[in-house]
Amino acid sequence: MKLNPRKVNLNKMPKAKRRPPRYGAWTLIGRGAANRGWPRVWRTVELGAAYDAVVIGGGVHGLATAYYLAADHGITNVAVLDKAYLGSGGSGRNTAIIRSNYLTPEGVAFYDRSLELYNRMALDLNMNVMFSRRGHLTLAHTDSAVRTMRWRSEVNKLCGVDSAVIGPEEITKLAPSLDTSDQPRFPILGALYHPPGGIVRHDAVVWGYARAADHLGVEMHQRTEVLDIEVTGGEQPDGKGAGGRVAGVRTNRGYISTPIVINCTAGWASLIADMAGVRLPISTRPLQAAVTEPVKTFLPTVVVSGSLHVYVSQTDRGELVFGASVDPYNNYNLGGSLEFTEELAGHVLELMPGISRMRLLRQWSGLCDMTPDYSPVMGFTDVDGFLCDVGWGTYGFKAGPVSGEQMAQAVATGKTPDLIAPFCLSRFADGALVGEKGAAAVGH
Amino acid sequence: MLLVPCPNCGPRNTSDMHYVGEVTPRPNSATATPEQWRTYLYTRANPAGALRETWYCRSGCRRYFVLERDTTTNVFADPPLPGNKTAGNNTGGVG
Repeated sequence: MKLNPRKVNLNKMPKAKRRPPRYGAWTLIGRGAANRGWPRVWRTVELGAAYDAVVIGGGVHGLATAYYLAADHGITNVAVLDKAYLGSGGSGRNTAIIRSNYLTPEGVAFYDRSLELYNRMALDLNMNVMFSRRGHLTLAHTDSAVRTMRWRSEVNKLCGVDSAVIGPEEITKLAPSLDTSDQPRFPILGALYHPPGGIVRHDAVVWGYARAADHLGVEMHQRTEVLDIEVTGGEQPDGKGAGGRVAGVRTNRGYISTPIVINCTAGWASLIADMAGVRLPISTRPLQAAVTEPVKTFLPTVVVSGSLHVYVSQTDRGELVFGASVDPYNNYNLGGSLEFTEELAGHVLELMPGISRMRLLRQWSGLCDMTPDYSPVMGFTDVDGFLCDVGWGTYGFKAGPVSGEQMAQAVATGKTPDLIAPFCLSRFADGALVGEKGAAAVGH
Repeated sequence: MLLVPCPNCGPRNTSDMHYVGEVTPRPNSATATPEQWRTYLYTRANPAGALRETWYCRSGCRRYFVLERDTTTNVFADPPLPGNKTAGNNTGGVG
């Protein structure tokens, strides 16, 4: 993995202003012992009347967009609005896996840039995001799955991404707890091994971006729900829709005047886009995940099985985190189901029979904004000043940093950056879909 | 676990069903432009609230039917009773 310096460099800004202060070991110990003197990580300020840009959604994507607007382009008069608290949506509910072994060259280039940014995030943000680059195994249980793995690994190699197909013997060396015998109903025939993949503490990423953005002057407004977006001159009778121009945002805490609104609201993306008169190819579905009680570390890599609809990793605390596929019908309800836990347990035990006595601690779900081609919707829309960074489905967390960087570039330059050009909303009208389903973490 | 009220088989588990998805108005094939076709294919209203959607009773009667469900509460509006053939069957879904 190359650690490329950022293309749009921060060197233009005075060094002291670029990064928030470090957390020193002695300060932490001192404050921890006394348990006082903790500084606020970000300011709480009154909602202003006008901003240069408003980001709706205080998750990884929204905060990263605000951060890069300030850090890369010097646009600091920015507000991030969230109807709950920062990181309350998908950013705090995902299984924190990052990787770049995608299927299409567009996808690989994009996610690989994200992995680079994750690699240097702790330095950029002066925050330990606990990035554990532990390797990523995607298991194949059928001949056709092995074939797809080969396809993916060849695409990856051509794009310069470390990725290879390995057999059961090597899998056993990497993850001895996996049952690689011929006994299971779906025996493990091989795997796509992606060494640069790993897991990150997702809350730290949210807090790190919020802290760094705040340091540069960006305002974070929690419990601020967007009720309507004011658009004038559009084709619809109320002035919204294609051809219109964003004038401002009406929230539960007052009206904000702004020329730019960026929609980073994942599962609620359609509802926010409706307010601007933009229709999206998105269906909202919950994805359920679960975590076990903590045990000694025994699983050194991230393990994914597409055929068995499950992905597993072990946190630094020792808990096993499981994720599955999205629920089979559209839903905005975050309730869990017993059906999910039953199926999950069955599939995990098929992979790792040794953990049959482990107990689940809890389960939760998050809303995923699914698109027909399993690729996001990014960039400009028919409404001038209304941008989208949505459609992130089940793969939004790993793309957070690069999405923020590219969306900020789009806002600052007024042009769609090359890296996100394939993901524009107009691809659906043009029929130029980016078929990434083959590389989704699990079969949907 | 969601019980889907099939008009022919009664309440069935979602694992017996195939979810076809949101009902979108199908354009006239004689006059539709490519853009209209693609809007029909891909664009979704995706409401948080009442949603008209097509289900396929995969393991039961093997018929398509349309139901209305609230996507925030998962309550079906006016669920059809078994045997009531006038409700639901093939009313504008993806056949």
